[in-house]
Amino acid sequence: MTDGFRRFAGTDSYLTSPGLQAAVNCALALERPLLVKGEPGTGKTLLAEAIAQALGARLLSWTVKSTTRAQDGLYVYDTVQRLYDSRFGDGDVRDIRRYIRFGPLGEAFRSEERVVLLIDEVDKADLEFPNDLLHELDRMRFRILETNEEVEAKARPVVVVTSNNEKELPDAFLRRCVFHFIDFPDRALMERIVRVHHPRLDDSLAQQALDIFYQLRDLTRLRKRPSTSELVDWLAVLKSAGVKELKLDEALPFIGALLKREQDLLVFHESLSRGRRPHA
Amino acid sequence: MGAGPTPEGRVPVFFGFLYELRNRKVPVGTQEAVALARALELGLHDSSLDGFYDVARALLVHSEAHLDAFDQAFLSHFKGIETEGSAMLAELLGWLEAAAARDPADRTDEEEAVLEALEPEALRALYEQRMRDRARRGRDGDGRAEAKEPVRQGTGPQGESGGAAEGDGGQRGAMRTADARLYRGYRDDRVLDTRSLGVALRKLRAFQRLGAFDELDLEGTIDATARNAGELEVILRPERKPSTRVLLLMDVGGSMSPHAHLVNRLFSAARKATHFRELRTYYFHNCVYGAVYRTEGFGEPLGVTELLAECGPHWKLVLVGDALMAPYELLMRAGGHGGYSPEGVEGIVWMMQLAQHFERSAWLNPEPPGSWWSPTIRTLRGVFSMFPLTVEGLGEAVCHLTKGGVRKGPVVSR
Repeated sequence: MTDGFRRFAGTDSYLTSPGLQAAVNCALALERPLLVKGEPGTGKTLLAEAIAQALGARLLSWTVKSTTRAQDGLYVYDTVQRLYDSRFGDGDVRDIRRYIRFGPLGEAFRSEERVVLLIDEVDKADLEFPNDLLHELDRMRFRILETNEEVEAKARPVVVVTSNNEKELPDAFLRRCVFHFIDFPDRALMERIVRVHHPRLDDSLAQQALDIFYQLRDLTRLRKRPSTSELVDWLAVLKSAGVKELKLDEALPFIGALLKREQDLLVFHESLSRGRRPHA
Repeated sequence: MGAGPTPEGRVPVFFGFLYELRNRKVPVGTQEAVALARALELGLHDSSLDGFYDVARALLVHSEAHLDAFDQAFLSHFKGIETEGSAMLAELLGWLEAAAARDPADRTDEEEAVLEALEPEALRALYEQRMRDRARRGRDGDGRAEAKEPVRQGTGPQGESGGAAEGDGGQRGAMRTADARLYRGYRDDRVLDTRSLGVALRKLRAFQRLGAFDELDLEGTIDATARNAGELEVILRPERKPSTRVLLLMDVGGSMSPHAHLVNRLFSAARKATHFRELRTYYFHNCVYGAVYRTEGFGEPLGVTELLAECGPHWKLVLVGDALMAPYELLMRAGGHGGYSPEGVEGIVWMMQLAQHFERSAWLNPEPPGSWWSPTIRTLRGVFSMFPLTVEGLGEAVCHLTKGGVRKGPVVSR
């Protein structure tokens, strides 16, 4: 009785937990947006790519910025261009449709086949932004006021929304979403993730790197704890530099790939020198 | 699989769970109930408790702050269901074996039919397997034990609803996931870190169009162009800029020392907030007496009169302090420069002046609200609206500050 849709179970390069699979499948079956939160670097954005890959659908990304308005996602009516064209007589200015530029959400609705729409970092925009999208995401249709045309989704897109928690999202928006909080991977899962990204990685190096990585994450005073993507990057650097042995000390190679803040580097050195002053 | 359990059998179970969640302040309503019912109808939970845990969590919880409450509600509502299931199985087994042991001639038709369908050996195997699983699940840490149960389609004790569904999901142990309470750290009624403080403060913002005319006013341009008989006339307007001004007064020293780290976090969050047009911070000890201080060590005093002259009524006043002191400290008289002076006014009157001057003010208290019965806290609560210094409390305080201009507190008249 669940044949109505293909169940999502991760892809070769994207490993999931049962909780995440349940959330994705709920979103697919109930045709609701999936809201994904979690620490930076836990693969929120990649999830959308994985879903698109698993469904064999096209992925449309809408990266939200602080200045993004909900309307931008639907369409923009380029009045200024039309005004200029009317002055300088370029093309047919009577045809308003030439000046309607569709945004990612508009594109997703207009697409003939089902697409995956990623609304990335929704919390970057103004507080009211998610509310402005409610109606469109619910009804999957909108009206172009200028031409009085109705755009209706031919195939409801799979909407994945990510948030870094910089702002709280409005309740009305949250109620319509399926929610999943991506946990930080435990060691066993992290090992599998590392294997996926670096299949030919030396085993002892991987173990040492993971040890150090989790020890670093346990430093409570860090402002920004290193996350998955940093670990993967770090391993890539270590591999290409031909490092074989790792030891958690002040001379840890390429620490900059893991800790990005100056204060965190200071904390790192302080906690390792254990009260000894670092060499001046 | 078939139609699944009947709605009559299922609805009360998860309805009770919804109310359990509401009791724990997880905001679930009709919309969530309908979504969950639909998901269960579609069989997304694979007819297993673990599947139900995952599906319910995805649909009922909207914020990681509620994940912990969800786990707790799940535990208290469903604890024992696994045990009950096993107990029922054991009872059934006993009954079957008793029936099987009897002379076939003594059995009723009903018993005969059940015995034919169920085979006590298979049932016993299932029961023992179940018990072993439970023992192992209790023992090993990760709960990933791969155990398959010999479930028969159709007539087995689980056949009606389950089929093979229990097979893979069952061993992960929703109960234990819930029991581990991994999300305790995300609760929002806990005291805060800088980041959640920053998030809460972000709500305290308002915009005004100020400064240079450098943004295209599209409406205005169209309007002016039309009036200009089609000749393009571009209208510019100033950009939207933040207009909130915040005055932060912090109690330091004495009984506030244990809360110093917390106040520091609030301070750094406020400093980092870029959406304030202006932010000023001053310090005081216990109660404001005529002056506030620019440094934590009570250096560079600024008289309250000057402060009020510099900061207009539209500034948002935020006081941070435990409001705990000896009652006489509220009544100590002080002059306009902070020092003790018999001709001055009492500390509490200085406080009232602050409350009177600003349209909006809030007091954030790091002491838990349970201890707010102390006389000095009660007195100051009469002057300022007081909120606990937690994420929730700060959110409420910010909400209070952004509302219209209502002054609180009794009028100072002497």
